[in-house]
Amino acid sequence: MKSMKIAAVVAGVFASATVYAQALVKIDGSSTVYPITEAVAEEFQKSKKNAIKVTVGISGTGGGFKKFCRGETDISDASRPIVKKEMDACAAAGIKYVELPVAFDALTVVVHPSNTWAANMKPEQLKVMWEPAAQGKITNWKQVDPSFPDLPLKLYGPGADSGTFEYFTEAIVGKAKSSRGDYTASEDDNVLVQGVSRDKGGIGYFGFAYYIENAGKLKAAAIWNGKKFVAPSAAVVEDGSYQPLARPIFIYVNAKSLEKPEVKEFVHFYMKHGAKLTQEVKYVQLPAKIYEINSGHVNKMKLGTVFGGVPEVGVKIDELVKREAK
Amino acid sequence: MDIEQKLENIRGIIVRAKRWDLFFTLLGILSLMVGVLTFTILFVDMAIEGVPRLSMDFFTSFPSRRAANAGILSAWVGTVLVMLLTALAAVPLGVAAGVYLEEYAPKNWITDIIEINISNLAGIPSIVYGLLALGLFVYYFGFGQSILSAGLTLALLILPVIIVATREAIRSIPQAIHEGSYACGATTWQTVRDHILPYSSAGILTGVILGMARAIGETAPIITIGALTFIAFLPPAPFTGEPPAGLFDWIFAPFTVMPIQMFNWTSRPEAAFTVNAAAAGFVLVFMTLAMNGLAIYLRYRLRKNIKW
Repeated sequence: MKSMKIAAVVAGVFASATVYAQALVKIDGSSTVYPITEAVAEEFQKSKKNAIKVTVGISGTGGGFKKFCRGETDISDASRPIVKKEMDACAAAGIKYVELPVAFDALTVVVHPSNTWAANMKPEQLKVMWEPAAQGKITNWKQVDPSFPDLPLKLYGPGADSGTFEYFTEAIVGKAKSSRGDYTASEDDNVLVQGVSRDKGGIGYFGFAYYIENAGKLKAAAIWNGKKFVAPSAAVVEDGSYQPLARPIFIYVNAKSLEKPEVKEFVHFYMKHGAKLTQEVKYVQLPAKIYEINSGHVNKMKLGTVFGGVPEVGVKIDELVKREAK
Repeated sequence: MDIEQKLENIRGIIVRAKRWDLFFTLLGILSLMVGVLTFTILFVDMAIEGVPRLSMDFFTSFPSRRAANAGILSAWVGTVLVMLLTALAAVPLGVAAGVYLEEYAPKNWITDIIEINISNLAGIPSIVYGLLALGLFVYYFGFGQSILSAGLTLALLILPVIIVATREAIRSIPQAIHEGSYACGATTWQTVRDHILPYSSAGILTGVILGMARAIGETAPIITIGALTFIAFLPPAPFTGEPPAGLFDWIFAPFTVMPIQMFNWTSRPEAAFTVNAAAAGFVLVFMTLAMNGLAIYLRYRLRKNIKW
């Protein structure tokens, strides 16, 4: 009799594991997109008087997609488009999704404030510094360009797991994750800020938001976009001239989750208030009409990715949302 | 002359011995200071930055994008609940295993292998426990990314510490107590229940606290099993739901813990979040201190009952 009771309790305990399936929006993924999604989640919960619960995790873009393609999350934060391997995993599990760009992420190349020679940089010069062949060889500014002073070159950048690293190598070196290894790497961007701001020969790269917060200690290099040198700012990122170091970042919404009213409501809330909240967390918003187009995509359930699993550099945002899924 | 010489020699030996004594005292103090000073400097630095940020609101607010409104409510509640489950799982298992190894296990090579393995377990990086737990608890047992998974993971992590501490505590009981008990005709279980456990409980408690203090600061295994970063609601209060199943709703709730909240805050661009992280760190150290304080108090109470 007693053992029956215990069995009933145990069974009951495990049955209750499903309690959290209700009125809960589960989000996971990139740490780059996190601040925006967090802000939206915070406001959304407030506006719903906490009737709908939202959780946001940070597993990285890749880790987020792993969970997403197992059907564990409703929305995945991604600092890059979904790649072929992840598309296959989702397809195998029967997971369909809507791809929505939500903001720009601009990479900023920063140098020491006293650095006068590297105010304007061309992607080719950055490639000379960062490509794998430079390892152990390019150790002085003079080697990058003869007009640069004779000063040791000290490189600072994010670690190999970060989406920022992936995009920078893709845009500058030409192949994702292809970089020299002998630089000061840290997943904590504040460490990179400290490093470059104390090192006369230092150069590094990280997200625009970190530069804005530390603009007094650092100098941002203007980057050659093929026509002119462009210094990073919200305006040039938004109008698409800060290339190749600006990219859109995304959320991916599980199509089946969109049938749940709370998820649908959350996504529409994201598109309605995303621009304002993006600015608030120091990211660069997309043009206003893009958010409207996104909302339309959600209503029409435009499935799939427009990238076809291949990363792209220098893509224009208004072109992107008009494309058909590949 | 001869005696004078010998006396001189002996004095020399004494002086040298005293010098060595002093040397080792200084070395000992220095070694102690490396640890104590490092901790003190870190703690004071953190306290200076973080304490002004502490307020009632800090404990009763959820995380927020605005540093000034952000608080640690979901984090500290999560930490407390995870620790509760960790203790519930690890203490009975660890103590039982320790008692078995000391009192019951036959002395043979199987026992030796188990002992070596337990010592080795204590040195395994915590991320490995996280990966094991991800496969076992989260997916295979289907506990999901819940307080239960986290509590069990940390319980595994500190199990070796508790087992070793239990064994040490039992060994420090005089052999005469064992023998006296057996001589009176007590069975092994009676001996364990009436003598071994009561007398070793102070030592066991120390081990439990050491283990818990390690577990409270762990981030890697908790992130691996899927603790969240933004969570602006609390699990249902323990044991308040509809019985019988509702009583355990809380152990399946999604959660976050203090170290994760701190880590997230330190990696944000706005400097104001660093202050939050320092404040959260101060609270975390304080929680550990409180746990230690409780242990010292309990140990003192328990020792009073030991009559030998």
